[in-house]
This record gives sequence, C-alpha cells and structure tokens, in this order.
Amino acid sequence: MALLQISEPGEAPEPHQRRLAVGIDLGTTHSLVATVRSGASECLPDEKGRVLLPSIVRYAADGAVEVGYDAQDRAADDPANTIVSVKRFMGRGVADVAKYGALPYRFVDAPGMVGIETAAGLRSPVQVSAEILRTLRVRAEASLGGELAGAVVTVPAYFDDSQRQATKDAARIAGLNVLRLLNEPTAAAIAYGLDNASEGTFAVFDLGGGTFDISILKLTRGVFEVLATSGDSALGGDDFDQAIAVHWRVTHGLADASGRDTRRLLGAARAVKERLSEAENADAPVTLSWGQQLQLGLTRREFEEITAPLIQKTLGPTRKALRDAGLSVAQVDGVVLVGGATRMPHLQRAVREFFRREPLVNLDPEQVVALGAATQANVLAGNRKAGDDWLLLDVIPLSLGLETMGGLVEKVIPRNSTIPVARAQEFTTFKDGQTAMAIHVVQGERELVSDCRSLARFELRGIPAMVAGAARIAVTFQVDADGLLSVSAREKTSGVAASVVVKPSYGLTDDEVTQMLRDGFDHAQDDRDARALAEQRVEAEGLLAAIRAALAQDGDLLAPGERAALEAGLASLDAARRGTDHRALKSAVEALNRLSEPFAARRMDRSVQRALAGRRVDEVPVK
Amino acid sequence: MTPDFSRNHFELLGLPVAFSVDAAALDRAFRDLQGQVHPDRFASASEAERRVAMQWAARANEAYRTLRNPIDRARYLLGLKGFDTAEESNTAMPPDFLMQQMEWREAVEEGRARHDAAALERLRGEIEAARADMHALLARALGGERNYDAGCSLVRKLRFLDKIEAEIDEAVETIHETRA
Repeated sequence: MALLQISEPGEAPEPHQRRLAVGIDLGTTHSLVATVRSGASECLPDEKGRVLLPSIVRYAADGAVEVGYDAQDRAADDPANTIVSVKRFMGRGVADVAKYGALPYRFVDAPGMVGIETAAGLRSPVQVSAEILRTLRVRAEASLGGELAGAVVTVPAYFDDSQRQATKDAARIAGLNVLRLLNEPTAAAIAYGLDNASEGTFAVFDLGGGTFDISILKLTRGVFEVLATSGDSALGGDDFDQAIAVHWRVTHGLADASGRDTRRLLGAARAVKERLSEAENADAPVTLSWGQQLQLGLTRREFEEITAPLIQKTLGPTRKALRDAGLSVAQVDGVVLVGGATRMPHLQRAVREFFRREPLVNLDPEQVVALGAATQANVLAGNRKAGDDWLLLDVIPLSLGLETMGGLVEKVIPRNSTIPVARAQEFTTFKDGQTAMAIHVVQGERELVSDCRSLARFELRGIPAMVAGAARIAVTFQVDADGLLSVSAREKTSGVAASVVVKPSYGLTDDEVTQMLRDGFDHAQDDRDARALAEQRVEAEGLLAAIRAALAQDGDLLAPGERAALEAGLASLDAARRGTDHRALKSAVEALNRLSEPFAARRMDRSVQRALAGRRVDEVPVK
Repeated sequence: MTPDFSRNHFELLGLPVAFSVDAAALDRAFRDLQGQVHPDRFASASEAERRVAMQWAARANEAYRTLRNPIDRARYLLGLKGFDTAEESNTAMPPDFLMQQMEWREAVEEGRARHDAAALERLRGEIEAARADMHALLARALGGERNYDAGCSLVRKLRFLDKIEAEIDEAVETIHETRA
C-alpha cells in the first residue's frame, strides 16, 4: 500500500518534503531495489549486505513462502515448488512455456496465463513475481524508514502488452504504487547518460537472464529519446545454461534425468558458465538423484562453440533496431553493455566486432538498470531539484493492429512509435443490416493474425442497421506512458454511442487483483475494510493536495462560480475522508476527479501556450 | 472531456505552415512542448490531469512524427489545402516512372538471388538520390508553385520508393541470415 506523506488539513504539502520512491529491476535471475539518497542513486542491500535478490520463490507445504537466497538453497531439493526465472512465464500461455524445454514444474493451462501447481496451491506467475516485489518493498521500507510513495518497475523493452500488464498487476499485488513501467535499456541509459553527461547516439545492448533488448537512443541535453528498440523476450543467460545442460545430457548419457536432476544440472551449468568468463576451463561436481556422482566440466572453447547460435540470435534484432532508427553502425557514438550475461567474453567480442568499437562497461551491468529506475522514480515522485529537468521519450517495441477480413492484420500503431500514442482507424460493415462487429486486437509484425500475439477480443454491438459499407466504426488505440494499450470502438454516423473499452486478455480484472491482494493478507472482513479505507484516504489526500496546489498556481483560470463549485467539491471530499465508509469515500474521490476535469484541461492549455510563447508563426494558419 | 485540439500540427509546434521545415526548430519546439505536457511531469497530479497530459503528449508525438517525415508532412499539408493524395485508390503513374520502377524491382531481385549485399546498398544509394530530387520538387510544388496536384503525384511516387527500400532491407537481412 502506498502512503503519501500527509500535511495538516488545508495546507499544501511542503515543497521540500521528500517522498520515498524506489526503482525496482525485476529480473529473470536477480532482482534489485535502488533509491536516490543525497543526490546519488544506490542499490539497497539486505540485512546481510547483499544487493542482489535471486528471483526465486519457494512454496513450502506448510504454507511458508521463501524468497531469494533461502529459496535458492532449496531449489535442487524441491524443484517443483521452487519457482526459478518466473519472468519467462509472465503473460505467457502453456504453448509458450513449452518452448523452454524440460522444466521441473507442474504447469496448468489457466485462462489467459499459465498457472503453476505448488505445495501451497495453484499460483499465477503474477503472484510469484509479486512475492519478489513484496520482499524488495519490505527491504526498502526497512532501509528508508517509511512507506513508499511509489516505485518505477522495469520491464524488458521488447515485452509485449500482456507481459507489461502482468508486471504491473504483480506490482499492485505487492502493494506498490507504480509510478511508471520503464524499459530496462532506457533505465540503463539514464544511469549511464546522467553519470557521464553523454551526448550523441548510443546503443544499449542488454542481455539479461531471460530477455534480450537492443535499444538505440539519442541523448541530447536533457532528453533521452529512444529511436528504436528490438529484441527477443525469450533469449537470455538462462539459454546458455540450458545449452550446457543439454550438452552434458548428451555427452554423459543423462537423457532420463528427472526434474530434480534438471535443476542440479542447470545449477552446475550456471556455475561453470560464470567461471568460464575468467578461466579457460571449469568443472562442477553433481550428485544425481540415483546417487551417481559426476564431475561435469567444459572448456571455454567448447562453451563458445555450443552457444555460438545464441550469440548469433542477438545480431538480427540489433540490425533491425539500427535499420528502424535509420542509422548505420558508423553513426553510433557508443555501445553500453547491460545485464549479467554480457560478462561472457565471446558475447563482448561479438558486440565489439559488430559495432567496430569497444563497448562501455564502466557501470556494473547488473545494477545499472535499478540505478536508472531509481533516478526516474525520484523525479516522478516530485523530488525534482531545480535544473534537474530531463525528459524521457520511449517507444512501443511491437506494432499493434486489428484482424480484418481473411485473417489479415491491419496495423494501427507501428512499432517504434513514441509513447504515449493514440490513433484511430475507421472500419465499416461487411453485410447489409449488420448490427455487431467482432474486434480482435493483435500485436506483432507479421501479416497473418495467426502469426501475431492475440491481445484481446471484444464485440461492438448496437450498430444501427444500414447497408453494407455505410457504417463508420472508429476503433481507437491508446498506448499510455507505461506502454499499456487500451482500445475503444464507436459508431460515428448514427450518434449512437456504442463504445467499449477493453483490457488485454492477459491483464487481470480489478476484481482478480483485489482477490489476490486478499489472498496475500489472510485477514478478517473488518481488516480488509480498514485497509480499503486507508487506501482511499491516501487517494483522497493526494487528490486534495494536487487540486489545492493547482488552484494556488492557476486559480485565475476559473470564473468565480467555477471556483466556488470546485471549492465545494474539495470541502465535501475533505468531509468524506473523515468518515469510515470506504465506498462512499471512493465515490467522492471519483466525483472530485470528474469535477476537476475542465480545470485540468485549461491548465494544460496554458502549459501549451507557455511552450508556444516566444516562437513566431510566419504564415497565417490555414483554416 | 477532450482537450482543445483545434490547432493544426504546424500551429501546435509554432512553425510556419509550409513543406520546408527547419529540422532544428522542429526538434526544439517538440521538446519544449513535451517538457510542458509529458505525463512524467504529472506523475503525482490528480487523475484528471494525468489523463489530459497523456492526451496532449500523444497529440504532440503525432504532430512531431508527421512533420518530421517528409512524405507524412507533404500528405498532411495537402490535406490542410483540401487535397487527397489517394495513395490507395490512385495507382496511375507516368510511363517513365513505371519503367524506372520495373528496373529497380528487377535490381532488387537480382541482388537477392546473387546474395550481393553490396549491389543492394548501391541501389539504395540510387533510390536515396531519387528521393532527394523528389523532395526538392515537392518543396517547389507545395511552395511558390502551389501545384497541389503535382504534390499529390509526388507523394504517391515517394510512397513507392519507401516500398522498394523496405524490399531492399528485407533482401539484405535474408543475406545476413543465410551467412550466419
């Protein structure tokens, strides 16, 4: 639960009051939390001084949940209940996770997203991720000495809408107020760019535990503009472990090894892989479930041979990103390596050969994403210093479109569009008298619907009966600053407002999130009501403070009558927040939000005027 | 409530309504505007303000995207003058341009068949030169000459150049993948 700091009633919050905000890198293998203290970003350690939290969650039969190193220690003994690399399952179905090969979990084909049967019952990847995020929240709150006002959570740039929505849901279940979902390479660029005061065009090459991103950014004074991004959301350091394990299975005749042995082989593979970054050869002892003891080894040369195809897989997206940015290799001023997997010497060599320059590695590749996210969180929470005026312009990684006749995709928003973005496309009816239309939203670059990811299906009903081709149905796609999509449809000619707003099918409904929140807090009804009331009070306080600050700044935009109406709205919300009915308080918050909309619009008009001021218009505008 | 979006893209960015655009002024105007309206500036504001900020930022992005790209800018400007470039419906091209199209297409196919990335890059250079010529013609047609029909025809030709360049990209990528 996010708590804003509260000032005396009637007073605007102190401008110098800092709000506690963190950046969280929710990684495939490790996760981190960072914050800005005394002007610098730093990662927060656990009580033993470790900043990395292994992204591993174990559900014990007695109901206990272990996260991090404790869970890691048990992974080999209890593989089915110890969820490793859960990020790979976020927003994915059973068919998607099958591609990862032998995994020691009991997957369940749950609607929308795969489920995992554990000793504690069925768990969604969203809930597993929420356990990791909750652990980091608790760590941060203990370290900072208060509740968090908000968090920036990073996602791979190449994550599609389902994966982003799942991540945001996980953060909400973990009790975090998500200020923004931030793309990992962009976060790294912030940390790197602000640290080095860099200018120019940079490529951020981010190979993490389970995902690969390549982003091309232009850094000009105070602006981080992502020109293009590409990647593979199912390629990472884990695949290198898998390749080693597969190699050993073949060379040692271990084809029948069980789930428990799979986890042991993967553990040994990771240890060997990490040592091969320094040494020419490495080995690790493994005891298999039937008691057999093996010394499994590998030379660096063998490792490079068996994983060469994985290295090659990073270059296709890299070429694509450059092409989409309209740049050649020679026009790139610097290459930044991010993610633990970029420590591998043959990976560094491939990047060096491709870009024909030495990659930059002067920030810890495992911490840089969390550090950048913390910097962004600090700004979004309102702790901006004077002159600390930078701007972030990111893009969507994959095109968004609709299914049209014949199973073809009509793209509505192309990949690499700067977000937020809104675009409408008009469609019409196919048959005389058609009164409903099926709308299927997809994401991807291919021309056939069957080759793209299905995000949502909904029906627009109540179209007035007309001859075929006469109806004008505007389907509007809107992608917000988190990269999340919402779609609405409306028939225009009739004035009949038939409009639907959908959330992608992998997203959880508010009810499901509430249910998962409840599952996490085994409390009585009264406690839940008290919690809901506390949350609504925070919401109300925030809104009151925001509108009072806006009135103080731009109150002159309102006529006396309008101002009086808004003041009355403030007073009535102020009264409602003293009551104990959380539902009444929620509707009061919504009412004041609606009431303040025209004021918000006028304030923004004034901001736009301010931006235009000082510039001249040489020609009479065309009407 | 929808914000007041009555300004056209040029007005929104404080630029003269013309095909020739000062790229540096466009970049500066866009950044100034996003600096005022971007949702990151309103992360702690009321829900109403966050929504308006998102709408304005999307509007600013759309204006910038349109004006930055010469074809989009020309099409938009023609639309403001009441002309439809009819790229989907009007596929008629002058015979000499049709001949040129066929030659380019054949060159792409040949480069693809022979796995000759260098030849494809040379072809790209040729097309870029043709593009630069058309931009100059477009600036005249939409400027002093006010020949909007010629402008529409040039936009249709430029659209074709985009398609051919996409084919070159695809052929070059195929060559890279077979090498890998």
